[in-house]
Amino acid sequence: MYYLGRSIDFFFGIFFKMILKPQLKDIRHIGYYLGKITIGLGFTMFVPFIMGLVFFKEVNPALDFLVSAEIALLCGLVLTWLCATDKELNWMQGMVVVASSWLVAMVLSAIPLYLGGHYKSFLDACFETMSGFTTTGLTLVQDLDHLSYSHNLWRHLGPFIGGQGIVIIALALFVKGSAGSFRMYVGEARDEKILPNVIHTARFIWLISIVYLIIGMVALGIVGVLIGLKPQNAFFHGACVFMAGFDTAGFSPQSQNILYYHSLIFEVVTILFMVVGSINFNLHYQLWSGNRKELMRNIETRTLLLSTMLMFFIVTIGLNKAGVYSNAVILFRKGFFQLISGHTTTGYMTIYAQQFIKEWGDLALTGIICAMALGGCACSTAGGIKMLRVGIIFKALKQDIKALALPEHAILTQKFQHIKTVFLEDGQVRTVLLITVAYITLYALGTLVGVGCGYPVLNSLFESTSAAANVGFSCGITDTSMPTILKVTYIIQMWAGKLEFMSVFALFGFIVAFFKGK
Amino acid sequence: MTKKVLFTILFLLLISESHDCYAQSISSVELINNAKDYNGNTVVYKGEVIGDIMLRGEYAWVNVNDGKNAIGIWIKKELIKDIIYTGSYNAKGDLVEITGVFHRSCVEHGGDLNIHAQTITKISSGNKTPYSVNKKEINLILVLSGIITVVFLLRLIIKKFKA
Repeated sequence: MYYLGRSIDFFFGIFFKMILKPQLKDIRHIGYYLGKITIGLGFTMFVPFIMGLVFFKEVNPALDFLVSAEIALLCGLVLTWLCATDKELNWMQGMVVVASSWLVAMVLSAIPLYLGGHYKSFLDACFETMSGFTTTGLTLVQDLDHLSYSHNLWRHLGPFIGGQGIVIIALALFVKGSAGSFRMYVGEARDEKILPNVIHTARFIWLISIVYLIIGMVALGIVGVLIGLKPQNAFFHGACVFMAGFDTAGFSPQSQNILYYHSLIFEVVTILFMVVGSINFNLHYQLWSGNRKELMRNIETRTLLLSTMLMFFIVTIGLNKAGVYSNAVILFRKGFFQLISGHTTTGYMTIYAQQFIKEWGDLALTGIICAMALGGCACSTAGGIKMLRVGIIFKALKQDIKALALPEHAILTQKFQHIKTVFLEDGQVRTVLLITVAYITLYALGTLVGVGCGYPVLNSLFESTSAAANVGFSCGITDTSMPTILKVTYIIQMWAGKLEFMSVFALFGFIVAFFKGK
Repeated sequence: MTKKVLFTILFLLLISESHDCYAQSISSVELINNAKDYNGNTVVYKGEVIGDIMLRGEYAWVNVNDGKNAIGIWIKKELIKDIIYTGSYNAKGDLVEITGVFHRSCVEHGGDLNIHAQTITKISSGNKTPYSVNKKEINLILVLSGIITVVFLLRLIIKKFKA
């Protein structure tokens, strides 16, 4: 939280103080680290290339990835050559590297998808990759049911890379331990160090993710075989659904999403991985270290539990009032799946997008929108405002109410449990409220653009919240035929929401300073 | 007068019949958007079989895509013997026409929107998708490989020269 405070100060420093024009060395530093990340991205494209050629026997899709990998490697080589430096990044440079690397990754990763011919425009392919990297899950793919295994794998690798963090890959593989690494780590909306060294933290996050990937792929693969999928497809779907579920993205290899499987057990296993993915990596570390008590004492898990119960109550009343489902078991199955999917910001669906608007009614929809807006845990793959912030706001509110009842000079302290006992401070509350306000503003801005494009208010609010909180639920607005301005708006919302604004603000500040600085 | 009454009764019967059973195929968009109206009615739905056919005891799930959405079809195993191709990257699936009861929220299947098929007709057979290697991309790969090699070598030479 302290580090986010630093970046907020930096941002306001740019706008309210005299700003210095970035120098050539700033651009060189940024270019060098951007080049390293681009090279890392190029290498990851060899995964679908090799899988496509060796396992799936898909020559043309594999070639799409080879072309794209070469373009990425070439860009990376040129950038690291022209901008070679051995200096460490400062705060501003670190933040700008992070924000711009997500944009560069979006464009480069869109190349193989566009070459695959399942996207109507390059912008649609960019939308898809930004949606993937930010673990959103909104899609503009055409004829998904005929998409190659390789392209589908790439769609699902996106959330797996982005969920853990594009920069974290580079940190874990290519960057030596330094303060600059930590600045990039913070820029990717992860201000909690799990281990003392940020590189070790990055490697631990990847270790957790790969262990869970193996467990998830095997579990969902076995379920897939049991429900009648061909073994090859069962394990492929298992890997894809796990990656998009654990990373709270909501992409699926088939157009029907989770409805394709027609299976309760598949839904239950998917719910399990969505919840696991939305939990703080720091908490995972505590659980792995044997500190199981932390799970029930932690402010985030408690807030998540309470919030889920409250939102499910609202959704249940809404669905019951609308008379959507004929019995309680069905209401629970449909309502709970959609709620957990929304609250963990995954976006997996067992109903059709249009059913949200046509059948669910305003109250149930409001419950889902609130759940999406609040999101999962901090330092996880989830999006939204985050449970830690919601918990802190409630603690601060509790403290203020208590203060009213006590004598004027009474000293009141409020503490909460988050890995360790933390005493609530005003600065912390200020930062939390600022980011919460930024999220609410982002939800509102997207809604305004949606309404401006002629969509109803509730639909626009639903889709905007879904994009900005990186959920991926759609009520039908997200479609290749939607206006270009709305596509661009959702891309910006997904990007800013995932990075929790600060590095995005820093990039804008950097651009402003470049033109207006002295 | 009697003729008029008979004609009216016949007309009303025809209307009520057409409400319960839709002889012409209905699109997935129409079914999903007006699910309450079609719920429990016999409908005709046409589309391409996609993905895996999932056998479940005496029945199977077949997912059929009409170009806009795919809908799950719950069907007796013996009725799907004719289905050979299912849509994927490598194949165009068989085109089928299904007559069955539409469920907005199927009680038997956890509230899923689906169709319980009574009959299935194969309209046309699918096929393996023919393909040829994209030569333009191979040429591009060769050119890019050349450029990468040149950049890499230049970097090495300049580095050595500077050292």
